[in-house]
Order: sequence, then structure tokens, then C-alpha cells
Amino acid sequence: MTVGTPKYRELGLTDSEYELIVEKLGREPNDVELAMFSLLWSEHCAYKHSRKLLRRLPTEGERVLMGPGENAGAVDVGNGYAVAFKVESHNHPSAVEPFEGAATGVGGILRDVFAIGARPIAILDSLRFGELDSVRSRHLLDGAVRGIGHYGNSIGVATVGGEIYFEEPYEHNCLVNAMCIGLAKSADMVRAAAAGVGNAVVLMGAATGRDGIGGASVLASAELGEGDETKRPTVQIGDPFEESKVLECCLELLEKGLLVSLQDLGAAGLTSSAGEMASAGGVGIDLDVARVPLREADMEPFEIMVSESQERMLGVVEPARVAEVRAICEKWQTGSAEIGVVTDTGAIRILRGEEVVGEMPVAALVDGCPLYDLEPAEPAGWIYGNRATLAAGVSAEDELLALLAAPNIASKRWAFEQYDSVVGSRTVRRPEQADAAVLQLPESGNAIAVSIDGNGRRVACDPYAGTIEAVLECAQNLACVGAEPLGLTNCLNFGNPEKPATAWQLDRAVSGLADVCTALGVPVVGGNVSLYNEGPDGPIYPTPVVSMVGEVPDPAQVAGSAFAAAGDAIALFGPFSPTLAGSELAKQRGELDVGLPQPDVSKVANACAQIRAAVRAGKLASAHDVSDGGLACALAESAIAGELGCHVDLQPLRERGCSPEEALFGEGSGGFLLSGERAVLEDLGAVLIGEVGGTTIEIAAGDRSLVLGLGGAASAWRSLDEKAEALAD
Amino acid sequence: MAFIKWGVLQFPGSCDERDALHACRIAGDEARLIWHEDRDLGGVDGVVVPGGFSYGDYLRAGAIARFSPAMEAVAELAAAGGPVLGICNGFQVLCEAGLLPGALLRNAGLRFRCHQVELIEEGTGERLSIPAKHGEGRYYAPEETLDRLEANGQVAYRYADGHNSNGSLRDIAGVTNERGNVLGLMPHPEHAVDPLTGSTDGLRVFERMSGVLA
Repeated sequence: MTVGTPKYRELGLTDSEYELIVEKLGREPNDVELAMFSLLWSEHCAYKHSRKLLRRLPTEGERVLMGPGENAGAVDVGNGYAVAFKVESHNHPSAVEPFEGAATGVGGILRDVFAIGARPIAILDSLRFGELDSVRSRHLLDGAVRGIGHYGNSIGVATVGGEIYFEEPYEHNCLVNAMCIGLAKSADMVRAAAAGVGNAVVLMGAATGRDGIGGASVLASAELGEGDETKRPTVQIGDPFEESKVLECCLELLEKGLLVSLQDLGAAGLTSSAGEMASAGGVGIDLDVARVPLREADMEPFEIMVSESQERMLGVVEPARVAEVRAICEKWQTGSAEIGVVTDTGAIRILRGEEVVGEMPVAALVDGCPLYDLEPAEPAGWIYGNRATLAAGVSAEDELLALLAAPNIASKRWAFEQYDSVVGSRTVRRPEQADAAVLQLPESGNAIAVSIDGNGRRVACDPYAGTIEAVLECAQNLACVGAEPLGLTNCLNFGNPEKPATAWQLDRAVSGLADVCTALGVPVVGGNVSLYNEGPDGPIYPTPVVSMVGEVPDPAQVAGSAFAAAGDAIALFGPFSPTLAGSELAKQRGELDVGLPQPDVSKVANACAQIRAAVRAGKLASAHDVSDGGLACALAESAIAGELGCHVDLQPLRERGCSPEEALFGEGSGGFLLSGERAVLEDLGAVLIGEVGGTTIEIAAGDRSLVLGLGGAASAWRSLDEKAEALAD
Repeated sequence: MAFIKWGVLQFPGSCDERDALHACRIAGDEARLIWHEDRDLGGVDGVVVPGGFSYGDYLRAGAIARFSPAMEAVAELAAAGGPVLGICNGFQVLCEAGLLPGALLRNAGLRFRCHQVELIEEGTGERLSIPAKHGEGRYYAPEETLDRLEANGQVAYRYADGHNSNGSLRDIAGVTNERGNVLGLMPHPEHAVDPLTGSTDGLRVFERMSGVLA
């Protein structure tokens, strides 16, 4: 520790925050209290730079059963059932130790979902790394993918979807966002509010150790830099077997009605779970650290209170039922200890036996952190680098091959085959079979679809339009499988909000998210914010990861993205006017710059509604949204997946004012690539552009027309398998 | 085909036990879960030892589960000729328990892999499309054991050409005991019983096991 630096600064608090704590306590905090304040007043726990902005988001909807503020959001899927979902970041731990960081990211989001009484049924993840030619990126990719697989596979929850992008600004600070979806009987869901003065507070699951101490403040709320190796002890170690037992145990306890409330222990451990439960219930809690089962006997009270040891849950139990609760914990061979009691003092009191070692008003600890206004300033231009990797003047065929082989566009089979995507018997559409994952719900007699998106490069070009595009892409993905959006969750991954350019990105992105969700009528049921994602070379791309869950009435009527039969007509549908701005091609040419066209949200929403209806009616042989790499890549993907060639003419896009290159590789919202019967597509008002068949991809686009063998296209698109495997060594 | 009562074992760390239960019912049979600590199987006709990571697969896959009270009862059922089906981790448990020959080693690629595989049913040549998902599925036994298994007709399923991604010897995906009433396989027939999730070919495996009692 540096001589002369006050301890509170080492823990991440500012001078004025510390003064406020002294004022609220009426005295200087002791070490236990200071540790607890520093965590709950960290950016990670208090959202102090984002909370004001988040008030812009629409959170109401007739299907919403639980909204922001609970462990997870939940929507009604009918027949008395609810689907709960949430996405959360585990970026900094993964950048320091990718396997454990990603694994415990999955473990944490699972606990959020079963904490409300929902059985986890699916996992998705959204990952960002530096370019694959970097040794560090390959190491992080390999570790994160193995970590996600290790945890999700071992606990028996299907990983059904996700996305991975490789961009230089994530080189130092990778992103690992994990999402979990759960299913619950609506009437059986529990909230996290402690209630009932005199009720027991029971800690269940793993013993408490020294792992993860200070994770939320030291690691998650500061920029990454030199000497991060010394932060490795702040990364938690996961044990999916323990979590599997705790999960089954908690679901059995809830099913038997033995818990008044339940909360998971995540960031800031006991401090935040006890604090948040007390705050939500308007009560106080006394906790005796001497009763907490420990891995190491000599742990200090502050260490016990801030430990981020995994696989732990905190329950509030009526005194008469404690024995029954502990017996069920024993059946599942997981730990339990009565560590405290609900009080009417409005204070969190930490005891060690008889001795009081800390006492703080809940209001000050949990809700007292000052909220800051951002000081946004739009940067003058493009603030990131952009290496050209594609030579100028190459043929259209070579351009298409370069795009298909680009790690951002290439098949992610190498990653998703390391995940169990079928356990649970719900997975109707596995990864890359359709634009969204589809899960059947025999309990409610229907299905849900889910998609997760967020192209940070495009958000960097224009945070407002880029965020709108991310949400529209989710909506389009859902439409392609016939799903109607029920709710949205998000994880806002940004750099240091105290810097004006990042503040501006965050402000514009949240406005975009609010406006598009309001226009679409899709409520935001939860979210997570991860700031200070910066390395020595600067901030990450601003990366709002959004995920939408939608309802599919009949899982038998779900289109895939693959061409289905030779002779089917191919059509383009929707308000699609692609440009090269922010595109993968612009990136490869080193031509990235600020600015994106503003998407027309209501037109895209209308197009989604029409596609949804057509899919539900079983009218389309395939439906695929046009996204990274433009229409040429969408055509190639549908062709490769269906093992069927195609020949198309992009003249209709030329007539919308697109250059040949824009028609082929331009990106933007609103485009659907469809195949099916000619008459059906015409009835839908789609523009016919060609036909499925043959063994080549033939695209007429003026002086950039191209012909590519299906085999060559497929090996380019499959090239990530080999690259990742060779490079993982 | 006989209608039978299945018990599906449930260990701490089992993952696919509910799927197995569901599959038994789709196959037209009765089924219920059996807790790993139960020494008494409660009068079931046959047992499914399901997939997952029993006891976290700590030490070695299946190495701890084989010592559970329920597995003692399963050994007795097997000795009495009752049908016992081990899937994935269940296969590993049955090998550890000595109810099936051989062992399952880490995949040749050293990675967990989940994908649809094609199996060839030995004898009939029938092709089945069934998902496989495991990190330790490389079937191994000494050469003379493999020769004996083949001679006795104990090889039940082999991976079709191009589908043996884990490096199993002689493409073996599933084997039986000498009597034929105990079957273990790495791919998951319980995940191939519903056309919506990809295939119904797994039902054939359940029917084969019901046939043990016929």
C-alpha cells in the first residue's frame, strides 16, 4: 500500500464519498464498515454513473411480471407460467483469468434466475475479444469458451445461442456477458425482500473463503492496466457441482414453501445480498460472522462480509421451519447455517459472537451512494484505430471470401459445439439452425425464441443509431422464427464514464435503447451495466448487448435460415437500404468513420410483423435477417446451411440507389432474405431476386457480379474451426 | 413389445435424468426417479443410469457414483437379467462398476463436443441420428477384449463413417454385457424422441431394452 494514501481511496472511494459516509454514520467507519461501503458504493453495485440515464427506459408492459430491481426480469408466457431472464457481465474477471471468469459469470447468472424460483432452462453468451491474430485474444477466447462450457454443461443447462465478435478495442478488455433464461410457475416466484421481524437468515451452499475479495470494487469498477496479475486472487473460483446441488435444493425449498425470500450472493457477497434484502423489505438484519462456515478459520469479519465465494444463497426462513430447511440442504449434500435474524432496526449489524463489529443504517449503505450526472462531449471524429487487412482492387469473389472467413462472420461452430445445447429436451432450433434459438415449453403449450445482439463497431460509428440497430436486429431475428417480443434485457458495456467521449457514447446509446423500445412497445425488464472497460490503448467499442425474448405459439411452425429446396424463389423483404458505413467491409478496408444512416423503426417493426405472420402461417421455406457482411453474406449463409446454391440479381437494390458494392456487402437494418414459393413471396410484397439451386453462389451486381463455388464459400465460412483449434495450442 | 416400469437414477450432479424420464414415457413405459441413496429400487423392471456429471465427475467420471447404494441394487437387477441402460455418464458409471467392459477416456480432441451423430446398429445396419455430448467418450478396451466383444456380439452401436469424433476404438459407441441385458452408450437416445428437437431415432434404443424382458 502506498504510504500516505488513505485506505478509502485504495478501496475506490473518492474523498467526497468518504466524507458523505462519515456524515451518514456520524463518525468514521471502522474497517468492516469501510469495506462494506466501498463495495456497495462501487460503480458495479451502485450504478452511480448510469442510474439516472436508465430512468429513460420503458419498463412497463402487460406481460411483465417482474421488472428491473429484482434478481431477474420475468414475463408471462401463459397457462400460469413465467419466463425469467437476465444478462450480466463478467468482463474484468475474464480478462484476468478467462476460464474461471467466464465459468463464474455463468454460475452467477444462473443463481440470479433460480433466486426468483425459476428453473434455469437456457444459457446464451455474448463475447468480445481482440483480433484472432493476437496471442492474448486466442488465449482469452479459448479460456472463456472452455469456462462457459465447463459450468453450463456440468450443471445441465443448455447453452442455446450467443455471439462472438473480434475487434481490436477489446484486445486488453474482453467482454463476457452471460445470459440465463428460467421457467417458473408465476404464482411461485419469490422476490428478494427480507420480511418478518424475528425470521432467521440462513446461508446455504458453499463455505466462505478468501476468493474474490474486493472483486466488485477493485476489479469491476476500475480500468484494467499493468499489474493485473496481482488482481488474480480477486477472481472467484467456480464449482458447478456445488451449484447444481444448491440449485436443486433451493427449487425444492421453494416448491415446499419453506422460504420467505431468497437472494443469491454475487458481487460483494454477503454485504450486498443482506443489504439489498433488508433494503427491499424495509427492515434491518443482524448477521453473526462467527456462524458463517469458513474455508479458512482465521478470516477477518470484513473478509467474511465481502468474500465473493461462489455457489452461495441467502434465505429468510420462519424460525419454526429452519430445521426442515436444513434437512433438505443436507439431503442435497450442501451446507446451511443460520447466521442471522431479521430486525426492525433499519440497520445492518455485523456481530462476531457477542461483539458488534459493524453497524450501518441500511438506507445509507444500500441507497445512500451519490448518483452522478455524466459530462458528455461528442468526440470530434473516429477515436479508434482501424488496420486495413483487405487489399484494394480485389475481385468481388475475393471480397466475399474474405468476409465469410472474417472471424466476426464465420461460423462459430468451434465454440458452440463445446456447449451442451440439447439438455432439457426443449431446444427446437439449435445454434446456427435459425436466426434465434427456439425452446419449447410443454408446460405452457407454446415456445419462446431468444436472440442476443450488439455490434459494438456500429455503435462506435453512431451510438444512438447503432443501439437502435442492435435492438432491431434482435426483433428481426425473432420475426424470422415467428416470435413476438415479450421483453428485453441488456448489458451496457462501456469505457470510463468519467471521460467525456465515453459519457457521450453511454448517453446516446441509452437514448437509442429507450426510443427504440418505446417505439416497438417492448419493455426493458432488467439489465446490467459494466463500465470502466478500458485498457492502456483506450476504451472498448461502446457495446450495448441486448437480448429479446419472444413468444412462439406453435414450435412446429418455425422457419430455419437454410435454403430448403432447389427451385424455391429467393426474395428480399423490408425497408433495407444498405450502405458501407460501419460495415465489415469498411473495417477490412480500413475505412471506418463516424456516422450511420438513421433506421426507420416503424417501417422495420411493420416488416417484422409481416414476417412473423408469414412464418407462423408456415408460408416461408427459410427466413434470415441481413446483417454482418450484407446481402451477399446472408445469401452465402443460407446456401451453405442448406447445401444448395443460388443465383440472384441485385438490380432491385441498385434501383434503391445502392452501388454494386453496397448491394452486395452494405449493412443496415430492415432486410430479410426469404425463400419459398414464388406466389407466396409475391403476395407478401417481397421483391423476387432469384432462385435456389445448383452448386454455385451467383450474384449479379453490375460490375461487381460474382460466381463462387459452394464448397469454397463453405470452407471460408468454416475457417474459424481450424484457426481457433490451431491457435489454441 | 413389453410395457415395463423404469427407474431413472438421480445422483447429485445428474443432468439428463428428467429427459430420460420423459423419454421412457414417450416410449410407452412407466418411469420414476430413484434417489442415489435408495438401496431398494421399489420393484422397477429396469433402470436407466442417466447422463450428467454425477458427484461432479470428480476423481474420474463415474468413479464415485458406482459406490452409491442404488448402484448396488442395480448390480443385483443386472445379475437377475433386468434391463439396465447407461447413457453417457451412466455408461461411464456402468464401466466403473464392472457391469460393462472397457472404459471411457478423454476425447481425442481433448474438448467437450456436442453434435448430432450417426450411429450404425450392429447386426441390422440400421442408421440412427442421435445427439452426442461429452468430453470423455473415447471407448477403450484392450485388443483381446475388443476381439471378444465383437465375437460375442456385444458391440451394440458404432459411429458411422466420419462420426467418430472422440476417437473411440473400432468406432464403438455402445456395448452390452455378455447376456445383453446391460447396455451402455455415449450418445443420448433420450434426446432423440421428439421430431421437434431433431429426431425420434432414440426410441429404438428404449424399445431394444424393453425387449430384454420379452
